[in-house]
Amino acid sequence: MNMREETLIPKVGVITDVRIDTPDIKTFRVVTPDGKKAFDHRPGQCAMLSIPGVGEAMFSITSSPTNEEYMEFSIKKCGCVTEWLHQAEVGQQLTIRGPYGNPFPVDDVFAGNNMLFIAGGVGLAPLRSVINYCRHYRDRYGKIDIVYGSRSKDDLLDYKEIIDEWATDAGVNVHLTIDNPQDGWDGHVGFVPNYVKELGFDTDKIAVLCGPPIMIKFTLEGLRALGFEKTQVYTTLELRMKCGVGKCGRCNVGAKYVCKDGPVFRFDELDELPDEY
Amino acid sequence: MRKCSLEKINLVFAEIAKAYTLYLPTDQNDSSAKFTKWEEGSVWSNALNTVRSPKDFFFPQAEDLMEFKVEGKNIDITDIRQESEDFVIFGVRACDVKSFEILDRVFLVDPVDSFYASRREHGIIVSLACTKPSETCFCTTFGIDCTEPAGDVSIWKTETELYWQANTEKGEKLLSYVDSLTEDANTKAVDEQKEKTSVVMKKLPLANLTTDGFGAGKTMELFNNEAWDELSQTCLGCGTCTFVCPTCQCYDIKDFDTGNGVIRYRCWDSCMYSEFTKMAHGNNRLTQKERFRQRFMHKLVYYPENNDGLYSCVGCGRCLAKCPISMNIAKVMKKIGGEK
Repeated sequence: MNMREETLIPKVGVITDVRIDTPDIKTFRVVTPDGKKAFDHRPGQCAMLSIPGVGEAMFSITSSPTNEEYMEFSIKKCGCVTEWLHQAEVGQQLTIRGPYGNPFPVDDVFAGNNMLFIAGGVGLAPLRSVINYCRHYRDRYGKIDIVYGSRSKDDLLDYKEIIDEWATDAGVNVHLTIDNPQDGWDGHVGFVPNYVKELGFDTDKIAVLCGPPIMIKFTLEGLRALGFEKTQVYTTLELRMKCGVGKCGRCNVGAKYVCKDGPVFRFDELDELPDEY
Repeated sequence: MRKCSLEKINLVFAEIAKAYTLYLPTDQNDSSAKFTKWEEGSVWSNALNTVRSPKDFFFPQAEDLMEFKVEGKNIDITDIRQESEDFVIFGVRACDVKSFEILDRVFLVDPVDSFYASRREHGIIVSLACTKPSETCFCTTFGIDCTEPAGDVSIWKTETELYWQANTEKGEKLLSYVDSLTEDANTKAVDEQKEKTSVVMKKLPLANLTTDGFGAGKTMELFNNEAWDELSQTCLGCGTCTFVCPTCQCYDIKDFDTGNGVIRYRCWDSCMYSEFTKMAHGNNRLTQKERFRQRFMHKLVYYPENNDGLYSCVGCGRCLAKCPISMNIAKVMKKIGGEK
């Protein structure tokens, strides 16, 4: 009996690095106790992390699958499990299971295309996996534009990586914005949806959006106004989950389960679902 | 087909109980029936059905999944799963037998839920044909014939006899244990009983309830139906309907600190509860209307869409009998599907 695989039973993982990204976001590096990656994943997939006695929750894997050494999770402090994780130190063990959900179609639909990534706040976390995957296989993709906004400069996730690595890549354009003017910031100021409209992208690309619901709503409207079809725009959803495999019923929207049929959806697919996400 | 005299029923139970753990409906002090473990002196209930559905046998209300030992920063996980032993559930009605198929399509699809699968493999279902369906019954709405129950063994109970029909290998094995207590029989008495019951079924108050207007592909049309406001208005969100429902399968996973480690357990949950979808940053179903709608849309539209048109209701009528405000799936179907 114990030989039969059971997805609900996790593996032990250990935190090997904690990076403070913003006042409320930390990025945790996780491996198994023997120093390996817990499992392979595809860009956009998620993992269940838990602290026994505290709880278990679903997180997007922010590191790219091309990183063969470890997985990273950028986690915003906002609930029980995340608050606990935020006080965890290097060496702390946790449990990990996955990968769950459908990835972004990086090797078929995205391949050969120009890419436009648009993120708000901690919404960059799931996109970082795809962005770094596209950067790793740079010649498979066309021009890459990244629009990223947050409340302030201090709230920009992965800031150092964005400036030192993404912005210096050939054929990658990074457009950063913050909500309000701030000392020491000479970049763009304003909300992401407006910035996207100002930048006025050509429709010869695939767009991937992630951020707060309100940002997604207005950014999608902006892209539509620029001429983008819903079939060209992808996003990734987040709902409460317990099992991760479409059985516990929690993330059910219409006939879909966000954990197994998502979290990645194309906007025309979302049109067929009730507005309950 | 085999038969035995009802006078021998306790001998039959004793014989089965030698080979398997046997559960059967027995009357409780409050005159309700409940599946209990057979022991010498147990009396098989005459009730039409148990208050709780037999889903507990495969998907218990609460079950431990694993244990953790936490020492400082270190975590040790113990797999506490144990192989289930063979057991018999005796006297399961046709509606409840069908509910197992509905649960199977959730728990046995990839990735298989090993907790459920182990019990399902070891469970032997002896079903019982109905003769006196109640006014809350509407199994025929979902294509279920209560006179022809599925299961590993089907039985028909007449005034004096019990007729047995094995349907599977598991069922034949079970029947072999009571071979000396049963004898070959023709189907005459059973056929007569089926015919009588079918006449009764046609006269039930919900006999004309249909699934017309529901099913795959109806999501947007029915989701936006105006009737949800009125239908859900008095719902208390108590979740009784989900708990007595043989097909409701939503669950929660929680941790319990024993003081000597942590047990992670699973327990039934309900989409009718306000915290079911509550996240740290918000809740996608804020009102009882949304939660109420989810339960019925799932049973009548979403589940069929994912399962070849099979509805996630078997018409057992438990929710009709138990809802404190007398709201139920039959009323929803009449109102939204169009009164028949």
